[in-house]
Amino acid sequence: MTNDQIKQAVLQIISVIAPDEDLSRLKSDVALREQLELDSMDFLDIVMELRKRYKVEVPEADYGHLASLDSCATYLEPKLKDK
Amino acid sequence: MSSSHYDVIIIGAGMSGLAAAVRLAYFEKKVCVLERHYAAGGLNSFYALGGHQFDVGLHAMTNYVPPGTRGAPLTKIYRQLRLTPEDFGLAPQNRSEVRFPGRTLRFTNDFAFFTREVIEQFPAQKDHFLRLVRHIQDYDELDLDAKPLSGRQVVSGFLTDPLLIDMLFCPLMIYGNAEEHDMEFGQFVVMFKSIFCEGLARPREGVRRIITALRRKVRAVGGTVRMKCGVKALHVADGHVQSVELDSGETLTAETIFSSAGYVETMRLCTDCEPEKLTPLAGRMSFVEVIHVLDQPMQALGHDATIIFYNSGKEFQYAVPADLVDPRSGVICCPDNFLFDKPLATPMLRLTCMANFDGWAALDEPAYKQAKAAWLPRIHQEVLQFVPDFRKHVVFTDFFTPRTIKHWTGHVNGAVYGAPAKLKTGRTRMDNLFICGSDQGFLGIVGSMLSGISMANLHVLKK
Ligand SMILES: Cc1cc2nc3c(=O)[nH]c(=O)nc-3n(C[C@H](O)[C@H](O)[C@H](O)COP(=O)(O)OP(=O)(O)OC[C@H]3O[C@@H](n4cnc5c(N)ncnc54)[C@H](O)[C@@H]3O)c2cc1C
Repeated sequence: MTNDQIKQAVLQIISVIAPDEDLSRLKSDVALREQLELDSMDFLDIVMELRKRYKVEVPEADYGHLASLDSCATYLEPKLKDK
Repeated sequence: MSSSHYDVIIIGAGMSGLAAAVRLAYFEKKVCVLERHYAAGGLNSFYALGGHQFDVGLHAMTNYVPPGTRGAPLTKIYRQLRLTPEDFGLAPQNRSEVRFPGRTLRFTNDFAFFTREVIEQFPAQKDHFLRLVRHIQDYDELDLDAKPLSGRQVVSGFLTDPLLIDMLFCPLMIYGNAEEHDMEFGQFVVMFKSIFCEGLARPREGVRRIITALRRKVRAVGGTVRMKCGVKALHVADGHVQSVELDSGETLTAETIFSSAGYVETMRLCTDCEPEKLTPLAGRMSFVEVIHVLDQPMQALGHDATIIFYNSGKEFQYAVPADLVDPRSGVICCPDNFLFDKPLATPMLRLTCMANFDGWAALDEPAYKQAKAAWLPRIHQEVLQFVPDFRKHVVFTDFFTPRTIKHWTGHVNGAVYGAPAKLKTGRTRMDNLFICGSDQGFLGIVGSMLSGISMANLHVLKK
């Protein structure tokens, strides 16, 4: 997957986890938490959905890399390059 | 692995068990829910009698917030279970009341209304109350490691009028307290937020709508629910549940076991249990419930309150009564009085009072029937101080007792809110056995669902 595809994939996941949020004006370089109401349960779900959909593991120590869409894509790119 | 091996076995298809099952199966765990009864729902199941449909528990769902409200427990449930507000179809309440001799506090789903009401009725307590509210709002009631505090002590540090204190405790205790006399402060905060700060609502179809939504979801994500499938024993060795034996003699195995049967009830299933050590831990708060089917809605008699929490005694006593029933305080719930798009097909009135399990359990069948007949007018006498006389409109009555609750749900003493000491982390002395539901610490319909969700997250999904 390309960097852009990964961002789309993460957006798609967020839209499933938090269908009540408006994602149309999300800035990719700003922390998701600052723009959306996401709690630790929701972040766990992003990780779980990544595992379910793309078989990629994100260890708890790395959760910080999922802060913004940009940082998600940077972090996940090597893990998802063959998917 | 054989077909009878699971990632997770869940004991009980109540709110917590079903919610845990949705989470686990959604994330591809092989899950099986085992339920002894032929209907799902547990303490909040449903039944038919005399041609009428009844809900066991549902008066109102607490924690109601309008769809889209951020950060609220109900919103978390929708998100975590991948459900939408349409799945539950909740209609908000009209208005409820706490009524004590000479004083009434009304509340709606708008907390500002309640604050004004308290200030109007207790002007001298204004600043005290506002400070208490701030303390409640800042309190982290979800901290699993918090030390238990006496609610009465903490609240008395803010409020000085014993009547106001009792009027706040009354609804919160009756709707969610396992302990007699006092209430743990964290639990007081949970209930204060869920009833006063958030609010009450009900699906028009009653609890069936909630249970149907959960069961459909479990099925859709690939989980299994087996009804009429009681767990007889948990075979344990080396601090580990090795296998699960069913009433039928069948044996299943699982990596992890969740039980919503209650802490004492679950420990009693373990083959190495020492029953005498467990018995004193069991909860004792139970209730009788009178459900009247009426020939016309209470509104037609001029009664539009949704729920009335009443107390007619000098002080409010939350304890197992010495008699079979304590009719001096309780709940009057009118399931018709929610903002439904069309009225309920069957008008009803529900009355709840504290009751004594041992007393009811000791009666033989004729005496049990007689006791119900004798207590009904005594309950009526009390509640008629608060609602118009409905008695000639009653077309059918069901009256159930702590004994009924024990019979159908297996909860020791018919305890509606489980044991006083909660196991916040859900851990037991078996490394693969976890408690979810009331005895984990969250209770009520919304609380139990959250309990199932958080135990599934903590003990299985986060690993
Ligand atoms: C009269 C009454 C009124 C209530 N009113 C309200 C209300 O208005 N609003 C509200 O929010 N809450 C209300 N409640 C409380 C609410 O119903 C409970 O807090 C909630 O349903 C508890 O869910 P649970 O999953 O923890 O436990 P349970 O519902 O008890 O689930 C446990 C399940 O496990 C099953 N089980 C037990 N042992 C075994 C075994 N060995 N093998 C297999 N299965 C087993 C039981 O049959 C049961 O189905 C009320 C309860 C009652 C009784």
